[in-house]
Amino acid sequence: MPLAPGTSHTSDFAGRSWSEAWTEGRDTPGDCIPPSMVAPPSPPPPPPDPQFVLRGARSAVHALHFCGGAQGQGHPLLLSGSLHGLVHIWSLQTRRVLATLDGHAGKCVTWLQTLPPGPQLLSQGRDLRVHVWDLAEGRNAIVDSVCLESVGFCRGSVLACGPQRWMLAMPGKGGDEVQILEMPSKTSVCSLKPEAEARPGMPMCLQLWQLVTVAIRIPVLIPVPVLIPVPNPVLIPNPTPEPVLADSSPLPLLLAGYEDGSVALWDVSARKVCSRVACHEEPVMGLDFDSQKARGVSGSAEKALAVWSLDEQRALQVHGTHQLTNPGVADVRIRPDHRLLATAGWDHRIRVFHWRTMKPLAVLAFHSAAVHCLAFATDGLLAAGSGDQRISVWSLYPRM
Amino acid sequence: MVDLDFSRAFTVNSRMDPVLSTVRLTVREAVHTLSSSEDGGCIFSTLGSLKRYLGETENPALPEEQEEFARIHFSTFLRCLVGKLSPDWLELLPDGQLEELWASFFLEGPADQAFLVLMEAIEGAASKVVGLPDHLGNRLQRENLAGFFPQNYFPLLGEELLQALHVVVESLRASVDFEVSGWCVLMALLPLLPVAGGLDCSVSFLSQVLGKACVHGRQKELLGVLVPRLTALTQGSCLWQRVCWRLVERVPDRAMEAVLTGLVEAASGPEVLSWLLGNLVMKSKKAQFVMTQKLLFLQYRYTTPVLRSLLGYLAMDSQRRPLLIQALKELLETWGSSSAIRRAPLAQQHYISKAILVCLAHLGEAELQDCRDELLASLMAGVQSHLDSSLPAVRRLGMIVAEVASAQIHPEGPPLRFQYEEDELTRELLALATPQPAADSPSEAGPPVAPVTAETTNEEMVSSGGPQAQPEGSDSELDSDDEFVPYDMSGDTELRSSKAPVYVRDCVEALTTSENWERWEATLRALEGLIFRSPAATQEVSVELAKVLLHLEEKTGVAGFEALRQRALVAVTVTDPVRVAEYLTTQFYALNYSLRQRMDILDVLTLAAQELSRPGRRQKPPQRGPPGPGPQPGSPATPAWQAVVEERIRSKTRRVSKGSAGQGPAADPNKFNSVAGYFFFPLIQLFDRPLVTFDLLGDDQLVLGRLVHTLGALMYLSVNTMVAVPMGKALLEFVWALRFHGDIYVRQGLLSAVSSVLLSVPAERLLADLPDELLEAQSWLADVAQKDPDEDCRTLAIKALLLLEKLRDKLLPPPPP
Repeated sequence: MPLAPGTSHTSDFAGRSWSEAWTEGRDTPGDCIPPSMVAPPSPPPPPPDPQFVLRGARSAVHALHFCGGAQGQGHPLLLSGSLHGLVHIWSLQTRRVLATLDGHAGKCVTWLQTLPPGPQLLSQGRDLRVHVWDLAEGRNAIVDSVCLESVGFCRGSVLACGPQRWMLAMPGKGGDEVQILEMPSKTSVCSLKPEAEARPGMPMCLQLWQLVTVAIRIPVLIPVPVLIPVPNPVLIPNPTPEPVLADSSPLPLLLAGYEDGSVALWDVSARKVCSRVACHEEPVMGLDFDSQKARGVSGSAEKALAVWSLDEQRALQVHGTHQLTNPGVADVRIRPDHRLLATAGWDHRIRVFHWRTMKPLAVLAFHSAAVHCLAFATDGLLAAGSGDQRISVWSLYPRM
Repeated sequence: MVDLDFSRAFTVNSRMDPVLSTVRLTVREAVHTLSSSEDGGCIFSTLGSLKRYLGETENPALPEEQEEFARIHFSTFLRCLVGKLSPDWLELLPDGQLEELWASFFLEGPADQAFLVLMEAIEGAASKVVGLPDHLGNRLQRENLAGFFPQNYFPLLGEELLQALHVVVESLRASVDFEVSGWCVLMALLPLLPVAGGLDCSVSFLSQVLGKACVHGRQKELLGVLVPRLTALTQGSCLWQRVCWRLVERVPDRAMEAVLTGLVEAASGPEVLSWLLGNLVMKSKKAQFVMTQKLLFLQYRYTTPVLRSLLGYLAMDSQRRPLLIQALKELLETWGSSSAIRRAPLAQQHYISKAILVCLAHLGEAELQDCRDELLASLMAGVQSHLDSSLPAVRRLGMIVAEVASAQIHPEGPPLRFQYEEDELTRELLALATPQPAADSPSEAGPPVAPVTAETTNEEMVSSGGPQAQPEGSDSELDSDDEFVPYDMSGDTELRSSKAPVYVRDCVEALTTSENWERWEATLRALEGLIFRSPAATQEVSVELAKVLLHLEEKTGVAGFEALRQRALVAVTVTDPVRVAEYLTTQFYALNYSLRQRMDILDVLTLAAQELSRPGRRQKPPQRGPPGPGPQPGSPATPAWQAVVEERIRSKTRRVSKGSAGQGPAADPNKFNSVAGYFFFPLIQLFDRPLVTFDLLGDDQLVLGRLVHTLGALMYLSVNTMVAVPMGKALLEFVWALRFHGDIYVRQGLLSAVSSVLLSVPAERLLADLPDELLEAQSWLADVAQKDPDEDCRTLAIKALLLLEKLRDKLLPPPPP
C-alpha cells in the first residue's frame, strides 16, 4: 500500500514548490486513503429505468390489475382499463395485447379485479356498470352485470367469502352510501350509510378485508373463539399446535376513504362505523391496508401521505404524515410482501417507500402525465398507468 | 480616634474658661492615667476620684464643678472609658470591681450623654466587625490568614448573625411561653444591647452589621449564607418572620439600598421576599423608593427571576398591591416616552418591557379596569413611538408589549396582532406574560381528528403492533429490509408546468403581461441565470428590465419573491452597471416611490457593487445579503460536497511553505473601479432636498439610515480605485453634516462610514487631502465613544478611533531612539 505523501516522503517534497505538492495531493486521492479511513458514503445509485413499457392503450390508463398465470400458463397477465372504455389484456411474456374487451360504452374503466375462482373478471366503468367477464378458454363474454347507483370515481372492492361466494362493495345511492352485495347472487347484504351528523361526503375509495381471528394455541377440542356469533358452533378437532383460525365465518370489515379526508372503518355485519379518523384536509384519493401490521396508508389531493393504524379496540389512529414534494396522490399500493409502498402522483412521478419505516427509496420520473393507477403482482412487479397512455412496469428490490 | 477627639475638646475648653481649670486638670490627669497605666489600683483610685463629680458619694465636688464636668468633660471621659474596655483591662482588679465602677459612670452620669456615647460605641463596633478583613489585610499584607479573606470571613459572619438571631428568637420564645399575647408589644420595647437575655432583645446591632457589610459590597458572601437559612427558618415560623422584618427595618437608611438589592437578588422567589421583608415597603420610605423606583427605573442589570420576585413580592399582599399598580403606570409611561426610546440603552428598554409584562401577569382585570384609560393612553403612545424606531429590536419590543398589554388591559376589544420573527428573546418575553403557576392553561381541545403534522413514521409503529397476532418470524424477515438502498432522489423537485422564456427580451414581456401566472413565476425564477448567460442581450434592454423589476409587485404567493426580484435586479446592474446605476440612483430621489422600493434600490446598488468589486467573480457563485438590518434573502452557502472535497484535499496536501495559505484568486481588473462614481455621487448629492413624498432629513430617517449604510459600503468596496479620494472627501462632509442625528441607526451608519473611509482611502492621500476633516472626525469620534447612549455606537466609534490611530502610526513613525 503506498504511503500517503507527507508521512514518509517529506524529503522528496522539500525541494519542490508547494503547488506541485498540491497538485500531486489532489491528483492521487485514491492512493492516500489509508485502509482505516472508511471510504465516503458512495453516492446513491441513479434512479432506475422501467423494466419495460407497454404502449398501445391509446388513451389514458385508469385501472390496472395483475392476474396470476391464467389457464395454467406460466406468465401472468396484466389487465388495463382505459379512459375510452377498453380493457386490454397484456401478456407479460410477449408484452403484447392478447385481447381487448369493450363493454363500457366508451366510458372510462375505473377498476379491474379478477375473482379467485377461475378466470372471471370484474370491471367497473363510468357507464354505471360493473361487468363480470368470463375469460376462460379464450372467451371474453359478459356473463353478468350489476348496476351502479353512483357516478363518482370510487372504485369497488371484493372479498372472497367462500369457494363460490364473494362480497362486493361499491358506492351506493345518495352520494354517501356504500352498498354491499353478495355475489354471484347479486343480493344486497346491506347499505352502509354514515350517520347524519358525520357528513363525510362521498366515499372515494374502498377496501374490504376480514379480521382473521387467531386464537391461543390450545391443542384440545374447543369451541372456536370467534368474534361474531356463529349460527352452529362447531367443534373442530385440532391436534396440531397451529393457530386456530376462525372458520368460514370471518368478520368482514370495510375501510372507506371519504371526501372530507377521513378514513372510516365499517363493521359490515354490524353495519356501523367502528372508528373514523381525519387523515387529510382534502378528499382521500387512495388507500391500502396491511392487515398483518394492522397499519394502513392513504393519499389525497394534498401534499402528504397519512399513515394510520388500527388498535385492539378497532380504533383508527393517525400515526404520522409523510410530506411529499408535490400535491396529489392518485393511488397507493403496498406490495403483497408488505415491504414496499408505492404511490402514484399527479406530478407524473411514482414514489417508492420502505413500508415499515416510511423511508423514501425512489422517485420514478418516467411518465409525462399524471399517474392514475398502480398494481403490484404477487412476485413483486410494479405496474403504473398514466395519462400519457403508457404503462410502465418496474422491478424494484426484487423479493429474495 | 477617641483620644484625638478628647484632646481637641480639651484644648478648646481650656481656652474658653480658665477659671474652672481644676476640673480640667483632674480630668486630664485621670485620662492620662487611664490611657497609660496598667496598675489596677491606680486606675481604681483615679476613677474613684472622678466619681466625686457625679455626686452621690460621701465627698461630692462643688456643684459648679459637677456641672462643668457634666457639661463639658463627661462625654469625652466616657469615650475614653469605652476605648479602654477590654477583657484584660477589666481583669486588672479581681471580682469585677473595675467593671462595676466602669458601669457606674454610665448609669449614674447624665443619661443622654451616656446613651449617645454608647450608641457611638455600638456603631464603631459594627464598623470594626465589618472592616476586620480590610484591617487585617492592610496590616498583615501577605501573612493574612485564610479565615480573614473576605470570601471566607463574611460567610462566617453570616453564620454568627444567624446564631445571634437564634438566641433572639429563643429568648423571645421563652417570653412567649410566659405571656403569649404580649410578645409583639415587647418586641417594640426592645432595649439597646444586642442580646440581654430574657425579654429584652434587640437586633439593632445585627442590622447595623448587616447594613455595613452590604454597603461594603459583600452582599453575595453574607446573604448567600444568610438568605437560604432564613428562608428555611421563616417558612414555618411567624416568630422568625417577625425577627427578620425587624432586622431589615432596623437597617440604617443609608444602607437600606445595599441590603435590599442584595436580598432581592438572593431570594429565590416572591414568597421568600415576603417572609423576609414583610410590609417593609409600607413602613420605610427609603425601602419603598428602592423597591419601586431604583430597582425598576434606575438600574437594569437584574435578571428576569429577580424582577419576577421583586414584582411578585409587591403583588403578594393586598397592602402592597397599590404600589404594583402605581409601578405599572410609571413603567408604561417610561416605556412609551419617545425620548426614552431614543436615548435609553436597548438593554434598559428590554428590562422595562420585561417588568411591564411581569406586572401585567400579576394584575387582575378588575384592578386594571380602574386605571384603564390612563394605561391605554401611555400604551398607545408607546406603540407608536416604538414602531417609528429604526432599530428592529425596538420595534419588536413595541409589538410584543403591545400585544400582551392590550389583551390584558382591554380584553373585550379586538386583539392586536403583529408579525414578528420568533426568537429566544420574544419567547422569553411572551413566557413572562403568562402567570407563573402556568398550570391552568386551557387544554386545547382541538378537533379530535386533526391531521397529524409531525413526521413520526418510524420504528414505534411496528412495535405498537396490531390487533392481529403477527406471524412468527416476521420480525427477522423485516430486518433484512434495511438492505434496501435508496436511489438518487435529487430530481424530486417541485413540478412546474410552464416553460420559462429562453431570451432576455421575452422576459420583459412575460413579466409585464399578467395573464399567465405560471409563466410569470417561471420567468422570474429563470431571469437571473438568463441575464448572466447572455450579457450582450441584456445590455440592450437593461434599463427597461430594471424598470420592470423595480416596479414588479408580488401578486401571487411566490415563495422567495423578494429574493428572486432582488437577485435579478442585481444581475442586471452588474451586467450593465453604468446605465442601470444611473437609472436606479435617479429613481431613488424621484417622486412616487414607496420607502420599500427606495430601500430596495439601495440594497441592489450595494450588492451589485459588491459583486463587481469581487476579484475573480466569474469563478464563484456570488454571495448575497443586503447590508444593515432586515430580512436576509436566502444566501446560498457553499455546497456541502465542495466543503468536503476541499477539506479532503487540504488534509492530503502537505504544504512546504507556511506563509500564504494558497495562491489567491487570479488577478483581475476591478470592475467597480470605472463605475464607482455612478453608484456613489448621485446618491450623496441630493439627500438634503425634501420632496413632497420623501423627506430624508425628516420622517424618513429609516431610509436615511439605509442610505448612510449603503454609502459606507460603497466607500468600502471602492478600495484601490481611483475615485476613492473624492468619494472619501464627500463622505466625510456628509458625515459631518449629520453627525448629531438623533437616530441610533443613522449614527451607526455614519460611524461605519467613517471607518470605511479610513480603510479605503490611501493613508498618504488622507493626510494630504483631508487633514481638517480627519481632525474634526477624530474629536467627534472621541465624543461619541464616551457619551453615546447606544453601545453599538460606542463600539463603532472606538473601532474608528483605533483605525485612525493605526493610520497615524503608519504615517508618522515614532522618532528613532
